[in-house]
Amino acid sequence: MAEKHKTEWRVVVGRAIGTLIFLGGILLVVGLCNGAAPPENSFPSIFDPRSTPAESIYRLSHFVLAITGLIFLVVFGLLSYAVVKFRNTDANAKREPAQVYGSTQIELAWTIIPILIVVVLFLATARVIHAIQDAPKPAAAVEVTAIGHQFWWEFRYPALGIVTANELHVPVSDPAHPTPTFLKLLSADTDHSFWVPQLAGKTDLIPNRVNETWMDPHQTGVFHGQCAQYCGTQHAKMLLRVSVDSPEVFDAWVHAQKQPTKRDDQEIAGRRVFETTACVNCHAVGGTNATGRFGPDLTHLMSRSTIAAGAAENTTENLRLWIQNPDAIKPGSLMPAMKLSDADLDALVRYLETLH
Amino acid sequence: MSSDAMAIQSADVAGRPWVEALHEWVTTVDHKRLGVLYILFALTFLIIGGIEAAIMRIQLIRPHNDFVSPQVFNRMFTMHGTTMIFFVIMPVMFGFANYLVPLMIGARDMAFPRLNAFSFWLSAFGGCLLYFSLIGGSGLYGAGNAPDVGWWAYAPLTSRAFSPGHSTDYWTIAVLVSGFGSIGTAINIIATIVCMRCPGMKLSRMPLLAWLNLVMAFLVLISISPLSAAQIMLLVDRYLGGHFFDTQAGGSAALWMHFFWIFGHPEVYILVIPAFAFASEIIPVFSRKPIFGYPVMVGATVCIAFVSMSVWAHHMFTIGMNSYSNSFFVLTTMVIAVPTGIKIFNWLGTMWGGKIQFTTPMLFCIGFLFQFLIAGLTGIMLGAAPFNWQLNGSYFVVAHFHYVIVGGIMFALFAAFYFWYPKITGRMLNESLGKLHFWLFFIGFHLTFDTMHIPGVLGMPRRIYTYEPGRGWDTLNLIVTIGTFVQGLAILVFVANLVLSYFRGPKAGNDPWDAWTLEWSVSSPPPSYDFASIPTVSSRRPLWDRKHPEDPDSRYE
Repeated sequence: MAEKHKTEWRVVVGRAIGTLIFLGGILLVVGLCNGAAPPENSFPSIFDPRSTPAESIYRLSHFVLAITGLIFLVVFGLLSYAVVKFRNTDANAKREPAQVYGSTQIELAWTIIPILIVVVLFLATARVIHAIQDAPKPAAAVEVTAIGHQFWWEFRYPALGIVTANELHVPVSDPAHPTPTFLKLLSADTDHSFWVPQLAGKTDLIPNRVNETWMDPHQTGVFHGQCAQYCGTQHAKMLLRVSVDSPEVFDAWVHAQKQPTKRDDQEIAGRRVFETTACVNCHAVGGTNATGRFGPDLTHLMSRSTIAAGAAENTTENLRLWIQNPDAIKPGSLMPAMKLSDADLDALVRYLETLH
Repeated sequence: MSSDAMAIQSADVAGRPWVEALHEWVTTVDHKRLGVLYILFALTFLIIGGIEAAIMRIQLIRPHNDFVSPQVFNRMFTMHGTTMIFFVIMPVMFGFANYLVPLMIGARDMAFPRLNAFSFWLSAFGGCLLYFSLIGGSGLYGAGNAPDVGWWAYAPLTSRAFSPGHSTDYWTIAVLVSGFGSIGTAINIIATIVCMRCPGMKLSRMPLLAWLNLVMAFLVLISISPLSAAQIMLLVDRYLGGHFFDTQAGGSAALWMHFFWIFGHPEVYILVIPAFAFASEIIPVFSRKPIFGYPVMVGATVCIAFVSMSVWAHHMFTIGMNSYSNSFFVLTTMVIAVPTGIKIFNWLGTMWGGKIQFTTPMLFCIGFLFQFLIAGLTGIMLGAAPFNWQLNGSYFVVAHFHYVIVGGIMFALFAAFYFWYPKITGRMLNESLGKLHFWLFFIGFHLTFDTMHIPGVLGMPRRIYTYEPGRGWDTLNLIVTIGTFVQGLAILVFVANLVLSYFRGPKAGNDPWDAWTLEWSVSSPPPSYDFASIPTVSSRRPLWDRKHPEDPDSRYE
């Protein structure tokens, strides 16, 4: 008898602990993200939204969590009650309990109530789907074409004539005068997915298909995301940064990006290395004969804070390493090791560092 | 003369040569032996798939770890997923169905014993072919060995441009071949249940396990077919110049997604319905009550099967379908929660007012109930399309489907092992080791998969071989990895129990659990051809009627 008791309570306690860990974990995350958002937004949490689509999802998620939480508590309570209450306490008694085969009324009740819950959940969800997917595009919207590549992001601003990579710049959107960013999503090779959790849910970039997403960030700062659809060897280091700029900073960035490359005759040696090696097959630098499009556009390389799709800081040492041995930073990336002499490498890096 | 006779006799007593025994197992068409072969095959692959999981978890134990290369990591998650779905859970479910269905419906074998053997060996061949890719997958280009395209193998990653060499072909053909095996077994299960029930066993008296396996077999027929078609189309693309999925030649990547998930979602129910079947047999026995609402349970299962065929695109909410399509699939996805909920409530109703005995199989069933509840609720979260845009492709979804497959299906499966092992081997599994297995696995499971939801919420995508520090993912991944090893330990205890009990376990007798279905009326292990004389039944619980002639079930039906 005592043995029996011990067993049952272990079941109950075990269940309770397991569940508390689960719920506690979720609550902890929600609390963490709501309470103390780190200043540079380093946690890309979906519960810390900074843009309308992410906020609508966040509100819907509260509703869904509340309903599922309620269902959980009720069913968990009933199951736990049944397990504890109806445990076999007399080990010796051969008597079987009352044999009950079912009850139509009870079956009806636990069919109809869930149906009602489903209807409510569906309506709430459909409303948010419509609000996000069918949102009108205001005239002031910034348009960007994002193209997924193995394993980096190409961003083109057709109206502004800007081409950049991996670090998207968008203006902050003032709710009074919204300047949302609408992205047209394409892929040059395999499937990718554009995901910056704090700004919007993910949307895939699929070859032969044009997808769309949008965001209207309400706060400046750098937001992190990354490719969310397995796209090949280096899917993991296809990182994504979105820099949300104040209108002035954004305009200044646009102005700088539109500048042609300044020809710096001091670095003519490095430029010659660049233009006479395989670099030009894949990379473009405005105003030169380098027009490749397999790799990121390097016209304003130095305006970016990272290289290799966010895999490394944009520093002299990392540039050198990246050119000589890309596998040291990002094994399996499509950038070939250039095998340059030290003198050529130094010259090339010095040249790249003039590309502001 | 007499010494010759003696020698022959003693050789007989010492046992036949092992080659002969092996030959008997390889050429067998007996449903029980094939069932055991399926189960052993699945257990072997379970260990292999588990090792692959462990390799991934060691790699992810801290950010920027370099335990394995990205290439190896990508192969590991592809092989882990493919192995666990196609070569562990499916065969083990077929194994139990093979073993139990004829016994439960009072038949002497499956309808097509030779087809049965053929199907098993096809599946086994498929599994071996998949792993042969480790040696033979390099092909001309030397581009890797094991497949590394993910277990959904999304186009166009599988096209020759992105998957040179033969590793993807091994994946395709392994899945194709084992799919043919699955179709054969499904036909066999349907024919057996429809044609070979013993006298008196009307469909409305059939044990729920047989009913649920019937529904599962229909789902296999319907969903494996498009998968096989898609695999053949992929082969045409790769070798005969087709362009179904070759986006560089105008093919459609989304087409593959539709094909795959039209298979992929019913597949979830192919795996989970047999798990429901175990719970529906085991919970009544250890609650000492008949299943609550038998006809509703059957109806709910059939309903789940139907609805499960119209929900596939909820795996594709992020591919840019329009708002109407998304809303439609939200509705169908949420509707499926209703019959699933009904099943949980009916199990609850079965326990209610019973005398619950906490044997190891019942512990696993109770674990199954609670964990499947949570898995269902996170499923509702994922079913709300906008929420899905955030959660899909993240670790949240990985945690969700492992909650279904490990917390739900595996727990029910372990219950089935502890429940029917005595019938299959004639010996009881050790209860203390069983409880140790349960608690270790329970703790490991929750450490791993409860925790795993959180990095998903914090923006960690799945299928990444490493991650950046400082995003709040580090500690969580460490806990997940620790949990994995606790689960691994539990599996070792389980395997030890299986082996030790086979030699040392106490004799089980015909009916160790005082249960009610026909398999418990024959000896353990059952004799060849199961029943000396075909039984006749007059209710859903024939052995209850036999044990309680004063108050038989047949009076109430």
